[in-house]
Amino acid sequence: MSAPGTGGASGLDRVSGFARGLFDSRWPGPVLLLAALLGPFVNATPYALNLMTTTAISVMLAVGLNIVVGYCGLLDLGYAAFFAVGAYTSGVLATRFDWPLLATVPVVLVATVIAGIVIGGPTLRLRSDYLAIVTLGFGEIIRITANNLDVTGGPSGIHGIPGLFGGEDKVVFYYATVVIVALAVIGAARLGRSRIGRAWRFVREDEDAAAAMGVSPYRVKLAAYIAGAVWGGLAGVLFGAHLSAVSPGSFRFLDSALILMAVVLGGMGSNPGVVLGAIVLAVLPEALRDLVDWQYFVFGVLLILVMLVRPQGLWPARSRETPQDAARAVRPEVRA
Amino acid sequence: MNLEVADLRLSFGGLLAIDGLSFGVGENEIVSVIGPNGAGKTSAFNCVTGFYRPTAGRILLDGQDVSGRRPEQIAAMGVARTFQNLRLFGELSVLDNVRAGTHLWSRQRAIDALLHTPRFRRTENEVTDEAHRWLDFVGLRGDRAGPARALPYGEQRRVEIARALARRPSLLLLDEPAAGLNHSEKAEMTDLIRRIRELGISIALIEHDMGLVMEVSERVVVLNFGREIADGPPEQVRRDPQVIEAYLGRDAEDSEIAEIIGDGHG
Repeated sequence: MSAPGTGGASGLDRVSGFARGLFDSRWPGPVLLLAALLGPFVNATPYALNLMTTTAISVMLAVGLNIVVGYCGLLDLGYAAFFAVGAYTSGVLATRFDWPLLATVPVVLVATVIAGIVIGGPTLRLRSDYLAIVTLGFGEIIRITANNLDVTGGPSGIHGIPGLFGGEDKVVFYYATVVIVALAVIGAARLGRSRIGRAWRFVREDEDAAAAMGVSPYRVKLAAYIAGAVWGGLAGVLFGAHLSAVSPGSFRFLDSALILMAVVLGGMGSNPGVVLGAIVLAVLPEALRDLVDWQYFVFGVLLILVMLVRPQGLWPARSRETPQDAARAVRPEVRA
Repeated sequence: MNLEVADLRLSFGGLLAIDGLSFGVGENEIVSVIGPNGAGKTSAFNCVTGFYRPTAGRILLDGQDVSGRRPEQIAAMGVARTFQNLRLFGELSVLDNVRAGTHLWSRQRAIDALLHTPRFRRTENEVTDEAHRWLDFVGLRGDRAGPARALPYGEQRRVEIARALARRPSLLLLDEPAAGLNHSEKAEMTDLIRRIRELGISIALIEHDMGLVMEVSERVVVLNFGREIADGPPEQVRRDPQVIEAYLGRDAEDSEIAEIIGDGHG
């Protein structure tokens, strides 16, 4: 499909054939999970643990945004808003009202669903580029509001957020994060391969044709928005617990753009792709740390190169049917 | 299902696309809507299916006024349609395209998908079986797991009809189902339309191919400049002086009707 060059590159063909086999097999997910679980045994320095935890959280964000942008085709430039709603809701309840962090999760769910409806409700009748601008505005509104309210601690934010279970070890927190993120990844993948996931793609491909089949574009988009908001909000809880502090500086437009970049880089609409995209975006700058001043320059050049070579993303979405589904034989009468 | 269109009017700004159109499709009947290009046929279909909001007039489905409802609400009442310019979900698999038709009646909730409940597996199998069943029904030969855009044109037409049938409609609106098909494909389409009617579905058909129209329709409604100029059985319509006048003076595809009219006189 997007194998670059055709001139006698048998080696390249072999590589792309291998890649295709890899993409279609079932084991990348379990292997990645195993790698994540073994990580602390390889390197458990605070630096490594911090990087691994941050990476896991950004995977969850990318997977959540992929529901909105990839599955449903709604360009959202303010996704960090939902991340902020989750982080602040749990942070405020945990520090000002001394709730255990886990107890704040139901409230976070309600708050993010409401945020999804409030932001999505009036904007989803807009088409692509207008929606992008409005979501960008909402993202800024949430950040500026947090910056100016007393309850959110203003510009300095909230401090002293307890861990998930009240001050657990960093390794324990990391494992909890991995489990939660893994469930989030599996959940998004399962939604994508279901009735609602198909409806998202119908709306993305052709809104009118979807409506003619009885799919309500408005309700389906709102559902995508709410799902994205919930994923982002829960990632926000993890984020607050990880840093034990939340401040408006973590929810800038740049942060929304980085999550979107993970989705585009990995492959819009491809669940494994965006996981890979988020990992690359989180780890690559660290890997380039030795380049000091050149770090972000090389990072940028590498991103451009990747998008030139693989415009569909590192691991593009493919419409695929299982062999069982493709050949389900029910045919009462086959017409020639 | 019974469709009744009464005194339908539709204007875009100052342009009157439909000017007082009335016609009906009875229970399990095939009614063709014909007329020169720009006569307002597709606009009428778009009004019936909720894509255009009529300026005036009523659209009754089994006696219920549905004018002004949105497309998904009309679809929910049991109406399915195809589009003049194929509107398949090109990047999605052929099976997924047909699965779209099952959206309204498949009882699967998001929680079933998240937890992979027995209901999830049951509904997924049901939906896949249904898709295969209708692809068999329309006689699709191409790859069902591949993207819809990879199929040849004629096959894509079949997929679109399969998708509409998977809706399990009571009324089906077909907008030029034979356009762009070759001779043998047209014959198969004629046969397919007949078999759809045998399922008990009412059919409204826009078509330029007069051979097909005359062969399958119980009644033919002729439009010209947004008005209905004739309505009756094919035999009667083909002899109608107003119809002949509307079609002569035009050429292209209409040489065909001149032939048919000539046959009628001879």
